[in-house]
Amino acid sequence: MKFNILNQFAIDKIGVDERVARFSSRSIKSKSKVEGLKLALSMIDLTTLEGSDTIGKVRQLCFKAMHLHDAMANLPTVAAVCVYPAMVRYAKHELKNTNIKVASVATAFPSGQSSTKIKIEETKLAVGEGADEVDMVISRGKFLAGEYEFVSDEIKTIKDICGKIHLKVILETGELDSLDMIRHASILAMQSGADFIKTSTGKIQPASTMQFTLVMLEAIRDYFYSTGKIIGMKPAGGISNSKTALQYLVMLKETLGEDWMTPKLFRFGASRLANDILMQLVKEEKGNYQSLDYFSKD
Amino acid sequence: MKRLEVLKTYKLFINGEFPRTESGRYLQLKNKSGKLIANISSASRKDFRNSVVAARNAFDNWSNRTPFNRGQIIYRIAEMLEGRKSQFVEEIMSLGISKHTALKEIDNAIDFTIYIAGWCDKYQQIISSVNPVSTSHFNFSFAEPMGVVGIISDNNSPFGFLRLMLSVIAGGNCAIVVANEKYPNVAISFSEVLQTSDLPKGVVNILTAKKNELPQHIATHLDVNAIVIATNNDKELSEIKRSSSVNVKRVISVSETELNILSPDLILSTQEIKTTWHPIGI
Amino acid sequence: MPKSIKFKTNWDYSPAPESTSHIRLKKKYELFINGKFIPPIENKYFETINPANEEVIAEVALASKKDIDKAVQSAKNAYEKVWSKISPQEKGKYIFRIARMIQERAREFAVVESLNGGKPIRESRDIDIPLAANHFFYYAGWADKLKYAFPNKSPKSIGVCGQIIPWNFPLLMAAWKIAPALACGNTVVLKPAETTPLTAMLLAEIIQESELPDGVVNIVNGGGETGAEIVKHKNVDKIAFTGSTEVGKIIQTIIADTNKKLTLELGGKAAQIVFDDAPIDQAVEGIINGIFFNQGHVCCAGSRLYVQESIYEIFIRKLIDRMETLIVGNPLDKNTDIGAINSKPQLDKINYYLKIGQTEGAEIFQTNCAIPKKGYWCKPTLFLHTSQSHRIIQEEIFGPVLAVQTFRTIDEAIEKANNTPYGLSAGIWTDKGSKIFHLAKKLRAGVIWANTFNKFDPSSPFGGYKESGFGREGGIHGLTSYLNL
Repeated sequence: MKFNILNQFAIDKIGVDERVARFSSRSIKSKSKVEGLKLALSMIDLTTLEGSDTIGKVRQLCFKAMHLHDAMANLPTVAAVCVYPAMVRYAKHELKNTNIKVASVATAFPSGQSSTKIKIEETKLAVGEGADEVDMVISRGKFLAGEYEFVSDEIKTIKDICGKIHLKVILETGELDSLDMIRHASILAMQSGADFIKTSTGKIQPASTMQFTLVMLEAIRDYFYSTGKIIGMKPAGGISNSKTALQYLVMLKETLGEDWMTPKLFRFGASRLANDILMQLVKEEKGNYQSLDYFSKD
Repeated sequence: MKRLEVLKTYKLFINGEFPRTESGRYLQLKNKSGKLIANISSASRKDFRNSVVAARNAFDNWSNRTPFNRGQIIYRIAEMLEGRKSQFVEEIMSLGISKHTALKEIDNAIDFTIYIAGWCDKYQQIISSVNPVSTSHFNFSFAEPMGVVGIISDNNSPFGFLRLMLSVIAGGNCAIVVANEKYPNVAISFSEVLQTSDLPKGVVNILTAKKNELPQHIATHLDVNAIVIATNNDKELSEIKRSSSVNVKRVISVSETELNILSPDLILSTQEIKTTWHPIGI
Repeated sequence: MPKSIKFKTNWDYSPAPESTSHIRLKKKYELFINGKFIPPIENKYFETINPANEEVIAEVALASKKDIDKAVQSAKNAYEKVWSKISPQEKGKYIFRIARMIQERAREFAVVESLNGGKPIRESRDIDIPLAANHFFYYAGWADKLKYAFPNKSPKSIGVCGQIIPWNFPLLMAAWKIAPALACGNTVVLKPAETTPLTAMLLAEIIQESELPDGVVNIVNGGGETGAEIVKHKNVDKIAFTGSTEVGKIIQTIIADTNKKLTLELGGKAAQIVFDDAPIDQAVEGIINGIFFNQGHVCCAGSRLYVQESIYEIFIRKLIDRMETLIVGNPLDKNTDIGAINSKPQLDKINYYLKIGQTEGAEIFQTNCAIPKKGYWCKPTLFLHTSQSHRIIQEEIFGPVLAVQTFRTIDEAIEKANNTPYGLSAGIWTDKGSKIFHLAKKLRAGVIWANTFNKFDPSSPFGGYKESGFGREGGIHGLTSYLNL
């Protein structure tokens, strides 16, 4: 057997920090800023994953997804809304005449601490309710205990249920202890059938960081080099302002290039990011700095 | 009838062996009244080059010995020297030096050897450092031997070469010593001490040669990393410094005063400082 | 080899030029001698240009033998009559003051450094200038603590230091030279490189404003002849030189019949060794920074890459893909990764080696980037299929040119890495600690970067083995170069 880069998990954190600092020091001005922000907007999975979610809340979110800021012309819509399985049917209903996807979390989100049987049932529910995308969590406990085969089998099982529906696999990077483990989990998820790999549930701190995301983007790149297959990436949680979003895009551009610069392959899981981007876009257009009071909350 | 004394043949010391000079040339060592004491090998450039090869080959082994082991071996040199004290006294006296002075010379040489033996596993700690850099890196500097060092001993002490040589090898270097023209017999007899003292072959090579014949050749040799020289001859020193530029050779000049004090200075000045960086973070 | 990534994207970075409106540059710079800016005795000036567009920025006074005499005399007077009589703590305070004033004018320094030398503003802003200020800050604190650095010794200053610095890190090298010299109680005659005199002249302004006593630091400009006058001057007690090995050897020869102390920081041809158990993406990044930092105008640049054969294909793919993302162009644009080659002669030298490499049969790869029409530029370059016998492996190119070889065993890697007359730095990339320590010991070089590269810090000694020079700069060890012990 030849050397396979996918069996190699070593990551040097300081090197990752330095690379991230380089991305963050890119200066994105004028035209490229506007274009970048619109691209970022189109990549958002507008998310509500609260115990307090109601049908009303989900409806409002869907409306926001469709009408980001009607006062401004030529705005894209977000890529998807992301909700709990029980809310999928209401979101589907609201978004029926749009291209906006409905993503559902599943598999005992956010902890993943349930039996595989329950996880299968929950995934079936989400799919049955009409979800276009499923965001599953991996069993971090099993992963940290070294039961990689268990974790892999679980992903394969869920992917089987999803079929053509896009499966995003949440690693919950904030619980994985080290960058080496994040790389390991990324590769394991891709090899088990993930269409996307995703950093976090948003329920654990730290959620997404540029460091975690870079390690995952590089794992996706290695998977492409090794197999020719293209896997998507979704950083989620903690990306709340335009500047950070642009820095993520710089990182994406300089790590995976043109093929990945699309909502089909890159998403931001975020709830507050959209409004900050909108404020920036209006500022770029009108020249004066904006206040959140002028943008609808949801 | 008086028994006829068996005279000793003084040969060179290269790679742990005692070859005659390949050139076949010799020098005559005479006492003050002009009586022949011995014929001494007059080392050639070829002999020197052979010594460099021997020293270079020995370097990896010697520099990788533990400092403790180097200390033990140098201590062993002192033991062997003590055992042969009377021989050295006689040899020094044969050159017309008083018994009192000869005794003092050998006693000092032995004590100096012990002094240097003790430094082997200590000098590193007075020159190394952990450097508080402003990034997330562990950064440390430590001393490493320069490599092959030529030693030119042209001073007023029969054991001057020994003081230079011990400091040089204590730090893990290998040495080629050009013995002082005035005391070649002492240097060669000392090589017999080395040969029986656990010192690996090639670590020290001792050549006896006509003054001024080898220094320029040492200075221009590309596989010699440094020259340690004790001389009062400014012109000779200048010429060596000038020729040494050919490979940016380090030239360390040791004065008579520096030669006679107990200090680790020469151990330290025949060391390079190496700094290593490694990131800290998981 | 795996398929490449497509980096030509629809989303590009708009120009982001650093503002130059706050820069106060004069049309003409004089000699800085005895605390004053004075015209050269022979009234000769030379033009200094911006290598990114070949436009003249200013005229600079050319120091002749007589001017050097004056500068050395001023340094000698200052040493004997003023500086040696000031208490160590007060000396330190002057140096601290200089450090602070550089910090205050940091952005201006950064812009001028990039204008005059061609380096990307990101580097001059984030690396050169902060490190220069930090160097003054570090050594300022040593001025009144020298006896603690050398127990059982009585450290004494040397006298007048003649310091000759290169064009690759103009202000930083000035800081590396001046700061420890002053902290150790010496006075200075500094000669910046001929192509990059400007930040040193700004530093002269700061030195004047800092009220450092007249003559303690003198700055004179010119080329090799001016430098030679400093080296030969009888009242100069110490020479510190950073530059080519060729010139270093000449200096060693010139001062052979004097008692001048000497430190040399010369060329290099550093090996970067990448093992198959390395953190691969960080290694790629380290190789990129190792050779393309400052257009490869770095004495410790990692210009020889040794990749373990098992990872050769994937590693080269990653390296080439990463190279394609490098932005070459206007040094003053904040997004520029690789700026202009410092001068026409240097560009000619690099091009000469590019030709040699190809004639010798190595396979050349250059990135697809566009380069400006005016100015001096070189695309990031890789030579594949090279061997130890190639001149591009043996000789220092001092440009953005990396030569690649493979190895199979650890011993082979060590042997090849050490197979050079130089010994300045080396890079090791492996996740295995014991391997790092093994190599760190075996590699004959003054600076070993393990899982990192091209890192510098005032507290960290820097300097070479073998033909890369002798003496150390930085840290406690850097003091010995400026003291009689």
